[in-house]
Amino acid sequence: MTGSSVGLGACQIAELVKSKQISAVEVTQEHLALNEFYDSALHSFLEITEAAAISTAKEIDAKIAKGEDAGLLAGVPIALKDNLVTRGIATTCASQILKGWKPPYSATVVKKVSGAGGVSLGKTNLDEFAMGSSTENSSFGPTRNPYDLKRVPGGSSGGSAAAVAAKFVPLALGSDTGGSIRQPAALCGIVGVKPTYGTVSRYGLIAFASSLDQVGPLARNVKDAALLLQVIAGHDPKDSTSLVDATPDFVSVIDHGVEGLRVGIIEELVDGVAPMVGEALKASAASLTSQGATVEYVSVPAVAYGLSAYYLIAPAEASSNLARYDGVRYGLRVEGQDMNETYVASRTKGFGAEVKRRIMLGTFALSSGYYDAYYGKAQKVRTMIIGSFKKAYEQFDVLLSPTAPTTAFELGAKAADPLSMYLSDVCTIPTNLAGHPAMSVPYGLGENQMPIGIQVLAPALGEANMFRVAAAIENDAPPISKTLFWE
Amino acid sequence: MVDDSVFSDVAPQFLPGWEIVVGLEVHCELRTKTKLFCGCANSFGREPNTNICPVCLGLPGSLPVINEQAVELAVRIGLSLNCTVDESIFHRKNYFYPDMPKDYQVSQYEKAINENGYLELPLSRKIVRIERAHIEEDTGKSTHVGGDNGRIHGADHSLVDYNRAGIPLVEIVSAPDLRSAEEAREYVSELRSILVASGASDGKMEEGSLRVDANVSVRQLGLSEFGTRCEIKNLNSLRSLVRAIGYEAQRQVALIESGGKIIQQTRHWNEDQGVTSAMRSKEEAYDYRYFPEPDLVPLSPSSEWITEIKGRIGLLPASRRERLAVLFDGVSSGSTFDQIVTAVNLGLDDLIVGSVESGADPRLALARATNEVAGDLEKLSNLTVEKFSDLIKMESERKLSATQAKNVLAQMLVSGATALDIAKAMGFEALDSSVIEDLVDQVISSSPREWERFSAGEDQLAGFFIGQIMKLSKGKADGKVVTSILRSKR
Ligand SMILES: [Zn+2]
Repeated sequence: MTGSSVGLGACQIAELVKSKQISAVEVTQEHLALNEFYDSALHSFLEITEAAAISTAKEIDAKIAKGEDAGLLAGVPIALKDNLVTRGIATTCASQILKGWKPPYSATVVKKVSGAGGVSLGKTNLDEFAMGSSTENSSFGPTRNPYDLKRVPGGSSGGSAAAVAAKFVPLALGSDTGGSIRQPAALCGIVGVKPTYGTVSRYGLIAFASSLDQVGPLARNVKDAALLLQVIAGHDPKDSTSLVDATPDFVSVIDHGVEGLRVGIIEELVDGVAPMVGEALKASAASLTSQGATVEYVSVPAVAYGLSAYYLIAPAEASSNLARYDGVRYGLRVEGQDMNETYVASRTKGFGAEVKRRIMLGTFALSSGYYDAYYGKAQKVRTMIIGSFKKAYEQFDVLLSPTAPTTAFELGAKAADPLSMYLSDVCTIPTNLAGHPAMSVPYGLGENQMPIGIQVLAPALGEANMFRVAAAIENDAPPISKTLFWE
Repeated sequence: MVDDSVFSDVAPQFLPGWEIVVGLEVHCELRTKTKLFCGCANSFGREPNTNICPVCLGLPGSLPVINEQAVELAVRIGLSLNCTVDESIFHRKNYFYPDMPKDYQVSQYEKAINENGYLELPLSRKIVRIERAHIEEDTGKSTHVGGDNGRIHGADHSLVDYNRAGIPLVEIVSAPDLRSAEEAREYVSELRSILVASGASDGKMEEGSLRVDANVSVRQLGLSEFGTRCEIKNLNSLRSLVRAIGYEAQRQVALIESGGKIIQQTRHWNEDQGVTSAMRSKEEAYDYRYFPEPDLVPLSPSSEWITEIKGRIGLLPASRRERLAVLFDGVSSGSTFDQIVTAVNLGLDDLIVGSVESGADPRLALARATNEVAGDLEKLSNLTVEKFSDLIKMESERKLSATQAKNVLAQMLVSGATALDIAKAMGFEALDSSVIEDLVDQVISSSPREWERFSAGEDQLAGFFIGQIMKLSKGKADGKVVTSILRSKR
């Protein structure tokens, strides 16, 4: 089943395609075939856009034949999380309320990827509206972990992470509001990056929590992730929160080593994690030391309040962002006797339990009389977290923590207990509140023979140092010595 | 509709022993090229739902980007209303309604771009405080089909046109400083002039460019505490404003005098029946769950930019009135000043000043502008300063009589032709005085006996000569010119 390009990284594929050693069409067909055969078990994709992929690949081959520049991602198959709008292709956010909706426009990141020669194979599964940590909240059924189909891939970008880990694609785009790229990357044993807020355009990313959402890459190695970030980063006049001065060159810094870099391990995120995860963190720190970095423990006390602040701010913004799904203009409409009944009926049928829970939480947090105590206070905590990180970054270039407290859990294990599910994101959430970049790098296997991820955190626009450290960890990391479900 | 935007036939309400307290919220559509957050045109009257895009339709994934021109026009309004212009932020006002594409409206809540200004009423010279003038997006427009009077309750179905969604608005909120329906009218009329003069608005109430909500309460004369207020929504003409405030004040007084209590509520004005009716009370009021709009960054206009904008604001109404008053010995009250206020409100002052500069008589120019031109404002574009000034000169040089001048002007507004051409075509062209003199001589020589008697002092014969000359000139001779020639020859 495995063709010549399956399993190769994005950088390698682009080089082979550009040098005509393999055609973009061949690469696309090989990856599509693998998907076709095995994704029914994994359920990483919601829709595979085979015809569009083949025709894109043909265009790239034609460009190369004419000697034109086919772009950084020439012929590289890529998967798009289904909360990125794609012109004429159903975009659902894994929600019944958007089922069948075909956007009249494409997200900026989608255009950038195709502009760079990337070949989109389709749209990947997620927790409904990106709310969740296991992809079990998808209204179209869960995605499974390619290293153990009984277990979750993490979430909310679980479809993207599983597809990359399963070698269905070398690259995928995800979105990260509280860890939704990094946590599934960790649970699936791949690399996932949440860039500095404003580095990547949010135009066309269906909003969950606007002040926290950021699009980012998932890949099987650090260099591929850097390459994809380089393609999608940059100012977008269509996004007011997009940074003006983001001029990325992430790939070239990767081999710079970590000599002299100061690395701090966040004390508050060490206790309470699974033993093997804790051990892996220590081992990765030791490896950095041996490569020339200085590693110390550092206290970032405010991260302890991250989860509480996040579960007020994110639902508050979501309650407003998701108001537009009302049955009037697009998506699901359940007719009632009058306008209000139609609103209620459409939203009752269209949204799943977790989405409803968060809309209610957020509506309450913003209500008059409660605003100051909840949303207002959470914003103050957010400021405190930024201050706490700032202090740490006066002494350290990057910080280190586990990405997730445990390895992948079994489907259903936490589904009935939202609070324990929320705790999966305890290590990743503070970064989103601060607007900083962070990424997850795989570091061997832990409990239940499932992958572990190490999180590398950096201050705003500190991606270069973050990638250097991540590459150093990757260089020396124990392999994931386990076969995929189809291997 | 023209008279509607300026005049009203309704007398102010008189409620002995009571005082009316009014505060106004005026929504002004900004005259920008594009909408507030997207590139769609800011235009009126297109086919429904043809002037829309993912952003103003609030499609999933779309994001707003602030229109710089809208910010500039908002700053112009602030500066023209003596506000402090400062850094501001946007909030989301959350509530469900079909004509709001996102089910929230982006508006300014905590910190408006313009705060703490004032406006001086031109006639009473009263200062009305402006609390704020903030930027917000307009909603779409709903049409409720069937049921009660175009309202959503009981309607069979509703149609929504999103062309208006995202049109930039500035909401100007006055303090409760107005004390009668008349004052409210004067305030809106002056505000309208300021908005037009600053270049921010076209001021067309009939097209919905200006929409007024009135907060009305009553209290017994002498009391310092305000009564409970009711907000009347969507008053779309000065006439409705005056009538609605009058009705509402009477309703409140009658209710209190009969032992009832005013409930704070939002009320709807029914133009046909001339009454207000309850829409929703305070208890049913929405909780808008305002919070800072995370998709937009704070607006911080630099002081340099504000200074630049200041330089781009045209002459404001107060200065325009002054400019006219100078032509009348600095008049500041009385009927001439009333005419000046009208001229400025109607935007006719440039025409008057321009014609006076090229030699026209100011009084005549003011009168023709505020009477004749004001009567046909829609055709104002047919009239240039030069054409207008030629007409006034012809009238003051007695080449046209007053009645002829009015007829010619009316025709000029319709066709755009020059006064001379129209006068000729209408056969109004007054005869040159040398021609008249010839005619006078002709009549003298044909009636020597009458001339002798007239020369001897029989003034009553003037009529005979004027009649003869008029007959000869076929009515084209100016009577006053004829008289003076007759006198000079006697
Ligand atoms: Zn638009």
